[in-house]
Amino acid sequence: MKRAGFTTVWLPVALLLPQLMIIAIFFYWPAAWAVQSSFYLQDPFGFGSTFVGVENYTDLMTNSEYGKVARFTLIYTVLVTFFSLALALLLAVKADKVIRGAKSYRTLLMWVYAIAPPVAGFLGLMFFDQRNGPLTEMFQFFGWEFRLGADFNSTATAMVIVAVWKQIPVNFIFFLSGLQSIPKAVREAALIDNRSATGRFWDVTFPLLAPTAFFLLIINITYALFDTFGIVDTLVRSEPGNNPVTLVYKVFVDGFRGNDLGGSSAQSVILMILVLVLTVFQFRLIERRIHYT
Amino acid sequence: MAQVTLDRVRKTYPNGHDAVHPCSVEIPDGELVVLVGPSGCGKSTLLRMIAGLEDITDGALSIGTEVVNDRDPADRNIAMVFQNYALYPHMSVAKNMGYGLKNRGASKSEIEAKVQEAARILNLGDYLDRRPSQLSGGQRQRVAMGRAIVRDPELFLFDEPLSNLDAKLRNQMRIEIRALQQRLGVTSVYVTHDQVEAMTMADRIIVLNEGRVEQIGTPTEIYEHPASTFVAGFMGAPPMNLMLAQIANGGLMLGGDTRLPFAAPAVATDTVLVGFRPEDVRLGGDGATMLQVEIIEELGAHRLLHGKLGDQAFSLSVGKDEAAALGPQPITLPQDRIHFFHPERGTRI
Amino acid sequence: MADLTQSDGVLSATTSRQRPRIKLRHIADHAILMAGALLMVFPVVLVLMTTSFSDADIAKHGLQLGFEGNMLENFEAAMFEASGFTKTITGTRMLMNSMILGLGFAIGKIVISMMAAYAIVYFRLRFATFAFWIIFTTLLLPLEVRILPSYEAIQSLGLANTYTGLIVPLIASATGTFFFRQFFRSIPEELVEAARIDGAGPVKFFIDILVPLSRTMIAAIFIIMFVYGWNQYLWPTLITTDEGLFTLVRGIKQIVQVLSQTGAMIPEYGKALALSLIAMIPPVLIVIFFQSWFVKGLTESDK
Repeated sequence: MKRAGFTTVWLPVALLLPQLMIIAIFFYWPAAWAVQSSFYLQDPFGFGSTFVGVENYTDLMTNSEYGKVARFTLIYTVLVTFFSLALALLLAVKADKVIRGAKSYRTLLMWVYAIAPPVAGFLGLMFFDQRNGPLTEMFQFFGWEFRLGADFNSTATAMVIVAVWKQIPVNFIFFLSGLQSIPKAVREAALIDNRSATGRFWDVTFPLLAPTAFFLLIINITYALFDTFGIVDTLVRSEPGNNPVTLVYKVFVDGFRGNDLGGSSAQSVILMILVLVLTVFQFRLIERRIHYT
Repeated sequence: MAQVTLDRVRKTYPNGHDAVHPCSVEIPDGELVVLVGPSGCGKSTLLRMIAGLEDITDGALSIGTEVVNDRDPADRNIAMVFQNYALYPHMSVAKNMGYGLKNRGASKSEIEAKVQEAARILNLGDYLDRRPSQLSGGQRQRVAMGRAIVRDPELFLFDEPLSNLDAKLRNQMRIEIRALQQRLGVTSVYVTHDQVEAMTMADRIIVLNEGRVEQIGTPTEIYEHPASTFVAGFMGAPPMNLMLAQIANGGLMLGGDTRLPFAAPAVATDTVLVGFRPEDVRLGGDGATMLQVEIIEELGAHRLLHGKLGDQAFSLSVGKDEAAALGPQPITLPQDRIHFFHPERGTRI
Repeated sequence: MADLTQSDGVLSATTSRQRPRIKLRHIADHAILMAGALLMVFPVVLVLMTTSFSDADIAKHGLQLGFEGNMLENFEAAMFEASGFTKTITGTRMLMNSMILGLGFAIGKIVISMMAAYAIVYFRLRFATFAFWIIFTTLLLPLEVRILPSYEAIQSLGLANTYTGLIVPLIASATGTFFFRQFFRSIPEELVEAARIDGAGPVKFFIDILVPLSRTMIAAIFIIMFVYGWNQYLWPTLITTDEGLFTLVRGIKQIVQVLSQTGAMIPEYGKALALSLIAMIPPVLIVIFFQSWFVKGLTESDK
């Protein structure tokens, strides 16, 4: 709030009203509804529901299928986050160094940001096509019977590759802007203190970049968990079957295909808690980030 | 034009912090009053209360004959120059100056005429179509002044307007602002933490400390007769020498067996603060008072000698032509330049 | 002075000794960057090339390098030939729907969040902090997590298969509000004070000063939001069953299903690939041409 804020009362209320109404109807109501229905068992034919307490949750915990999906989601998230961050960091460090063509590199490395995840997934379908996809052929050349959509590991690999490809630009942009905000004097001081470029990177540049990296870590985890829905859906051709899927995808499948409202809601609530934890974590990091600079 | 009256004006924040203790001042029509004090002393808060940007907790503020406590800033007929100028970055110089008039419903031709007039006075004629970002610091400062004068206000308010300028420009703008204010004859309140600005520009100075008025007076009064050790220390560079002296047998003793050649004032305490301005003290003398000189600062036009008188720090300022050396030097403390202050309360005796 | 010259000499000696090594490293840097750029660009170029082949060729050989003469034909089919289950939706129609979603979402979000942020930052409102937290909490839960209940809400409001139902629920998150709040707070305090002395009320200040000052910010956030809206997939998939409302990205699902059908007919690969390219072009062009705004919007909004 500004020191000398306006004192009118009706105007700010009117200004806030649209936003508050929208989030009440499309955020708080649905969220409350999800929490509530996670404690109920829905009749499959839509005739009422019975209160079952935490049964939906205990079912999930003991369900081996859910455990499998959770495990895959974890591995998938770790791989996507690691590779997209590592590759983007490498490219950003190089792009920050070169002078000639810096702008062109920047453009070429970030435009993929604008491609929708399912469109990226569709490109993946073509590249990993079972009969004549160029990447399938490459894997086969190395002796791997790559079969997208039929073999669990093949599909998982394709998902990770497409998700990483789609996420590199965001990380690249953040890393580059993080690098460029390191004061010139600090770089020059490091140049005088340390002869080795690698040493300078790990001793000076990387620690100064750490706040950005922490921040991106959360962004990437959220991305892998939620935003890759389109990639997953396209690569499994909307037919999960025996294919790997992520937790969010399972919420969708159980809720809309399986009509298991209670189970799907319980999964939603678990994800909500997960996001909540991540966000709190992120918030503390952002606070530290401010102190850092 | 108007006189401004503050009658026991007070500011207490909702968290209970007293930013400005009850303060009563009368500013006659056409006078330039400087509010001076260290940062956080409440001088800006007081100015913003006069502007209407800050609520007045208690007391009455009048501009002219009317109490304006509850009036909007726009209806107080004031103009304000901000520290960072607060120019609208997306408007041209002319638009910046005319915005207030436009909001008052002035006609286009009237705005045009007034802006032209202000630009002429301030030598901004060539820059009317520029954006603030295309101007130098001094020019921006002038635009901020222009925005103030086109409104024909009854009262000018200045909030540290020169603090963002470099030293040379600051001296020049100081003179310009003072000249302009005298020419227009508009009552002005000027906030600064810079004692040179306060001394040179003010008709009268109000020294504030921790939300309280320490002293109100002309620059000469403030300098020659500081009402407290705070004022004595704040106005003047280097500050006044203040020494705690023991009163013994009607005489004044410093530690290290140094006796000051004056009679003690009649006070109930057994110590007293003795003050001398560095430039009031002269080198040379009968040797009764010796200053142990430890450092000599060469300032070109004059020199500063820092050292110990008895066991207490003491500085004096001498002309560039006077010989100065390290080690014990005889000095003369003129009787008529002495200041006495209460040892605990710091008030003048 | 002597010291200075000496250290100068040391410095220049070091640089000259390092020069050849630096050059070699330069080449390595460029090689890595080019490999990265190729990784990003090549897949899409390959798809573009493939659209110049006939469906039969693509069915047989998959993605291909080179140029044949079918590109125009394939893009024409993608744009104007009706497809889908009911054979009513053309590429042009989907393009229009994508535009409506992208623009509607971006504009709606900017208007609503700017208003809310203005109220929170510039008014002495008792419940401003409370309102901020209510809005801010929405940052916590992406739409994907509460997709089912949101769908139910839209159904019960009778907004399924409408543009309103498509756009408005997506606006229910605080990203924009948070962003504008940060920006407004960075604007010097004195500006609103000067405006108040100049006699500008809250509405005047907003229109005369705050909105013009926010132009760059609005542009930056517009780009982010447009791309975000354009690229929505899950929500449109659920909320639009009427093919007349399909967006290009939503259409991808249809394409995938058509291509997956194993029938006697050769799937329309060329058309499908062309459509996927059309789905990329507008957001990609915006991001490339307004790069500096886009980067600013992305990095300064922190989300």
